[in-house]
Amino acid sequence: MRNILLESFRGALTEAPPDADGAMLAELANSLNERARERLGRSLSIRQVDAGSCNGCELEIHALNNAFYDLERFGLRFVASPRHADVLLVTGPVTKNMREALERTWAATPDPKWVVAVGDCARDGGMFAGSYAVVGGVSAVIPVDLHIRGCPPTPTQLLQGLIALLQDKKPRNNCEAAL
Amino acid sequence: MTILERCGAQAPTQESRPWPRAVVDADGWRFAASQLAEGLWELLALWAEAYVVHSAVRDPASGEIAVLSLPCAHGGYTALAQWHPPAMRLERTIRDLFGLEPIGLPDARPWLDHGRWGVKHPLGTAQSTAPEPPGYQFLPAEGEGLHQIGVGPVHAGIIEPGFFLFTANGETIVRLEERLGYVHKGIEGLMVDSDLDRAIQLAGRTSGDSTVAYAYAFAAAAEAALEIDVPPRAILLRALMAELERIANHLGDFGAICNDASFAVMHAQCGILRERVLRAANACFGHRLMRDRIVVGGVTADLNKDGRAVLRGLLGEITRRLPRLAELYDKTASLQDRTVGAGVLNPALASQYACGGYIGRASGRNFDARKVIRYAPYDQLVFEVPVLAQGDVNARVWIRIREIEQSVAIIRQILDRLPEGELRAAVSQTDTSREGAAAVEGFRGDIFVWMRISAVGAIERCHLRDPSWFQWPLLEAAIGGNIVADFPLCNKSFNCSYSGHDL
Repeated sequence: MRNILLESFRGALTEAPPDADGAMLAELANSLNERARERLGRSLSIRQVDAGSCNGCELEIHALNNAFYDLERFGLRFVASPRHADVLLVTGPVTKNMREALERTWAATPDPKWVVAVGDCARDGGMFAGSYAVVGGVSAVIPVDLHIRGCPPTPTQLLQGLIALLQDKKPRNNCEAAL
Repeated sequence: MTILERCGAQAPTQESRPWPRAVVDADGWRFAASQLAEGLWELLALWAEAYVVHSAVRDPASGEIAVLSLPCAHGGYTALAQWHPPAMRLERTIRDLFGLEPIGLPDARPWLDHGRWGVKHPLGTAQSTAPEPPGYQFLPAEGEGLHQIGVGPVHAGIIEPGFFLFTANGETIVRLEERLGYVHKGIEGLMVDSDLDRAIQLAGRTSGDSTVAYAYAFAAAAEAALEIDVPPRAILLRALMAELERIANHLGDFGAICNDASFAVMHAQCGILRERVLRAANACFGHRLMRDRIVVGGVTADLNKDGRAVLRGLLGEITRRLPRLAELYDKTASLQDRTVGAGVLNPALASQYACGGYIGRASGRNFDARKVIRYAPYDQLVFEVPVLAQGDVNARVWIRIREIEQSVAIIRQILDRLPEGELRAAVSQTDTSREGAAAVEGFRGDIFVWMRISAVGAIERCHLRDPSWFQWPLLEAAIGGNIVADFPLCNKSFNCSYSGHDL
């Protein structure tokens, strides 16, 4: 145990932070205003909701917590309750059987809040679009501020998106209702 | 006598590969049910089409596998679950999806259908319905001083959705009842009329942690049906990817189980190793989870010289680090205190449910599709299947550690003997409809796939049976008598798939 602990001090594994993704910054600029950012500050609590995912996205979201990506260094952390959350990180095509649970989780999250839809399925239902059991993308159920694409997105892509949430300073003018 | 002969089956109307399928009458179906109930045969899978139910059964004594088909002209058939409980949720699902009534089924409740689809029996005689208000009658638990804790479908961690109702006496769990189906996406419905390229992508999205194993099983069933010979290099590359997937999942879960016993250092160390596996997969095959790399006829990604070096480095790292982590696990009293004797699964239940994977093998069931069915290339590779009898969380952890070691050995053999050659065989058109099946050992257990392909190469019906179908019910049994606070630990040691089960 002692050796394993001592060894882990030798050299950091942590990756340099990636730059925020330009396209994602643009999407955010359209969905968030300065006031919301000030209220949320630079420390965000994230509540992950699987609304129908195949669990591939969950694996990569988990990886954000490993020593290479170390999400908490950016002030971002996962919390257990939507009542503690600033951000809902939603995966999956929203299934009809999960729709109500997603709506209730969103309602239980205090304002102001952001919704980040993770993965190709969360954007428009992906390969599952058109099924009798699937509603579609996350935005068909709750308002979405940012999409992170990929099947699943890599941890680096997830980081780029989440850092964009923290960095973008541009004001925007029509988000009050969504927030 | 073969299974089909003993069930009085008619001569097969259509050739089904590699295991025969034939129509039986009600008596033959009842005979199979009695064989299952007596533990002489195992139920591998149970699924339906419009007006016919199919069951895949295996005789463990001879290793023979056969598919029995029972026509249900009047919309009903004799429920197997009244004698063989492992069929219960499958028969509830058949009723939900196809509207075929399992006559005599002791449970009248729906399973995957939560009354929210706007359609009844979507894969059978689909009828539009107004969404029904949700209501579900949980099983009763009566007694003095009992209280109930409902959890889900949204859980506290980064995990999939499902609902658990605990009935507890103080801290001790008296009954756990699961309710699943929240992530039902209708994959088998989407597959109908899809071509093989799209269908295998859907299969690879049935359970993301087993994306390689699902694509592998789907491809194997399609290739059996169409009689395609996969090039030797592709056969070995498939197994290589499957073993990388197994190692990555076992490492992640080893750490996560320890984390649920508040031993975070193991979680961190295993997380590093798991990440190295995924990075190696990305470097070799261009995707961290190796999704969509297996296709019908072969594989789409090749392993070059640099990739071999990456893998050799990775295997060296795992070989160096894993024994020390295993020793730390074994010598940490606070961890052992939580895992030894917790969540014991009775071997008799593992055997009755034909429970696959590390759950079955930690409870004495010596079944691994790689060894028992011996599909290529595992018939050529040397490896052992670890089996323990204790059935507790600790045994499941040790099975996983031992399986990582075996997978490392398998990958070394593959790297040593990987021949040059083609990656993919041509998928030829056929002039008739074809049937094929396969069982492939994913990290969680055996994934069973059956399909019928039309003459124009489209899926007529494809069934994907996740190993979790025969594992989820056993979690309910294993958790009884444990304290509520140990549920996450026990649950993680099972790590059943929600998405693979809900389909």
